[in-house]
Amino acid sequence: MKNTLSFKRLMASATALALLAGAASADTLRWARVADALTLDPHSQNEGPTSTLLHHIYETLVARNTDGSLAPRLATEWSIHPDDPTVWVFKLREGVTFHDGSPFTAEDVVFSMERVKHPSSGFQALHSAAVSATAVDDHTVHIQMTGPSPLYVQNLTNFFIMDSGWAAANDVVVPQNFAAGEENFAVRNSNGTGAYQLVSREPEVRTVLAAYEGHWADTPDVTEIIYTPIAEAATRVAALLSGEVDLVQDVPVQDIARLEQTDGITITTGPENRNIFFAYDMASDKLISANVEDNPFAKPQVREAMALALDRDAIQQVVMRGQSQPSAAPLPPFVNGWREDLDAYSAPDYERAAALIAEAGYPDGFSVTLNCPNDRYLNDEAICQAVVGMLGRIGMEVNLVSQTRSLHFPLIENWETDFYLLGWGVPPFDSAYVFNFLVHTREEGFGSFNGSRYSNPELDTKIESLATMTDLVARDALIAEIWDQVMADRVFLNVHNQVLAYAMRDGVTVPVHPENQPNMANVTLN
Amino acid sequence: MLAFILRRIFQSVIVMLTVALVSFALFRYVGDPVTSMVGQETSLEDRAALRDALGLNDPFFMQFARFLGNAVQGDFGISYRLQEPVMGLILSRLPATLELALISGALAFVFGVGFGVYTALRRRGIISNAIMTLSLIGVSLPTFLIGVLLIWIFAVELQILPSFGRGEVMELPGGWSTGLLTPSGRASLILPAITLGLYQMTLIMRLVRAEMLEVLRADYIRFARARGLSDRAVHFGHALKNTLVPVITITGLQLGSIIAFAIITETVFQWPGVGALFINSVRVVDVPVMAAYLMLIALVFVIINLIVDLLYYAVDPRLRVDRGAGAST
Repeated sequence: MKNTLSFKRLMASATALALLAGAASADTLRWARVADALTLDPHSQNEGPTSTLLHHIYETLVARNTDGSLAPRLATEWSIHPDDPTVWVFKLREGVTFHDGSPFTAEDVVFSMERVKHPSSGFQALHSAAVSATAVDDHTVHIQMTGPSPLYVQNLTNFFIMDSGWAAANDVVVPQNFAAGEENFAVRNSNGTGAYQLVSREPEVRTVLAAYEGHWADTPDVTEIIYTPIAEAATRVAALLSGEVDLVQDVPVQDIARLEQTDGITITTGPENRNIFFAYDMASDKLISANVEDNPFAKPQVREAMALALDRDAIQQVVMRGQSQPSAAPLPPFVNGWREDLDAYSAPDYERAAALIAEAGYPDGFSVTLNCPNDRYLNDEAICQAVVGMLGRIGMEVNLVSQTRSLHFPLIENWETDFYLLGWGVPPFDSAYVFNFLVHTREEGFGSFNGSRYSNPELDTKIESLATMTDLVARDALIAEIWDQVMADRVFLNVHNQVLAYAMRDGVTVPVHPENQPNMANVTLN
Repeated sequence: MLAFILRRIFQSVIVMLTVALVSFALFRYVGDPVTSMVGQETSLEDRAALRDALGLNDPFFMQFARFLGNAVQGDFGISYRLQEPVMGLILSRLPATLELALISGALAFVFGVGFGVYTALRRRGIISNAIMTLSLIGVSLPTFLIGVLLIWIFAVELQILPSFGRGEVMELPGGWSTGLLTPSGRASLILPAITLGLYQMTLIMRLVRAEMLEVLRADYIRFARARGLSDRAVHFGHALKNTLVPVITITGLQLGSIIAFAIITETVFQWPGVGALFINSVRVVDVPVMAAYLMLIALVFVIINLIVDLLYYAVDPRLRVDRGAGAST
């Protein structure tokens, strides 16, 4: 009798446990990606995984839709002030509260603007055109710009709003300062308005978030998020296959095809906001690494020959296993200024290319060093190796030097490389961003990644005028004009646009986000 | 004895200083930390200003002196990457690494000695040959491959063990966290411990076997048998005991290696220990964490060496006699 009783109780508790587990797994999403957020401070690090996690806890004035367009978030409306083109007006959402219950008002936006512009903020550069924000009333904010800035709102998709009262109470009114050697309360604690609030966090181990009941939007399908970084690609995929995680955000290219064939696993792919291209020193009299006395890259025939030798389709099929979008201009398709003809490229023609090299004055070819990162972009080193072979067919003897990113990027910054690979994303989704950093002559505030030394004063003037043009039709025409010149001069030898792939168990639907910042509040479960 | 320990400690300090100097010299070739610390929008001027503020432009010896001065006070600075004090970061990861290292070290020792003795005593048995053959896998396969293989079999195919992480951990007083008290913690420990300990186990096993075979041929073993002692007493009381001195040395030193080389195992299994912390720090040139980690590993090796030296005293009476004789003359 006693035995039966305890057996019954055991069964009952087992059933309860199973129910509990079932209930928990129905709306818990276990999410793995390669790296953890570096900090919870919303204005400290302008870095992908950090912003992605923070989008769940904190919110921005505007959000980026999966098609690249803007959506209302904490701001319901935004416009340029009708009387003053240097002022942006934001109408704020009413009835929003922070996780600690305090109401969200215009004061919090004003405070966050001050904080994000502090010298220790990693997002400072995105707001250099903003002077200050002022609260007109509790739910209206004016942002004063240094001049007309028609596209400034595009820079706000990663501008997180913090509670001014909470920040003052916890002494975190400025972001973490590396050099001062101090630790900031906001690095490990948070108080946002986001759809999820922090339950627990062990950096690089596990972060648990639970749906915030006081959130202004509908309760999301996913009510609990368990976020785990798994650095090793094979382990990350194994964790998905063994059912220990539901979503893997960074799927290794070589595993995509196999995962697509696996029962119970779904893969979604979409274009990433990042182009991979080669650039070369077009301006110096003599190259550092070449075996000739002049600069071959300064000659249009050589640049044309290299474009003819680059077999983008072969790279896409062999190196990227089909996971890339070959294109001729370093511009993702959803960015303002993109045109179909910018992506068009001709088929490789090695005979013609070799003839052009000879015509340029190098009948025996020449040798040059190619610098390549090996831990920054998808298959970066393999792309370089493929290109070394292709250029070898037209008489260019390319010596490949591939190394870690922290050694590679200073070469571009210090103009110590003749020929290099670079990847570039366009967070504000506008061509002006590409021109500012990659095409404009390197001088204060411009051209910091212009490693090609390209300098065209006429083009510089046009690029600078883009920043303040309010007539968007004329502005788009000017962008097209600048692209025509850049493509004619062959400033870039573009390879492809990277493709993002998310892998998930069946029943989970996560659309690919162009900034690679999926929000689990938009995920559907069934 | 005291003089011996003092001398060893003095030597240890020199070793530590050398490690600090060499590692610091190497950091100059790892790259530019600022590249990973700021977004692509950051202007060249701001990058230069940050480099200045971090003291990266100072002469090498000035940076080194500053590091030593702070390190002596237990201050290793703030991690560039995670923005937390380095000392706290390392201390919070240390339990995971030590737990993994000690468990796999213990496994390696127990199974290594056990298999070693068995294969020495039953040299021609089928099981012995099987063990010897399998042990070749342990020495010849690289750690990461073994790890991935185990994950594939036990996590993906059989789905009986977790593929990553440490499971649920319990916080003990004193800042120590342990996975040994929860079922998921214990399950998570199995695959990494085997991966990490396999090489050490085969090493110990082959060493014990070779030493045992050597000792079993010695005269005193024959005399012991002649005295009519049981096999058990001969094998374990005499033979095994006499093989243990080199085995202890190797095991001790290997424990240091296990802690130091846990890096690969920790990376494969996403084990939240100091090794994984180090690798992630190297990727972005997080100099404060790299420096503190290398000092820590040097300290571990130094301490283990000291303990091994002291254990000799305990195991081998001849060393004590020699020392005593040396002191009296």
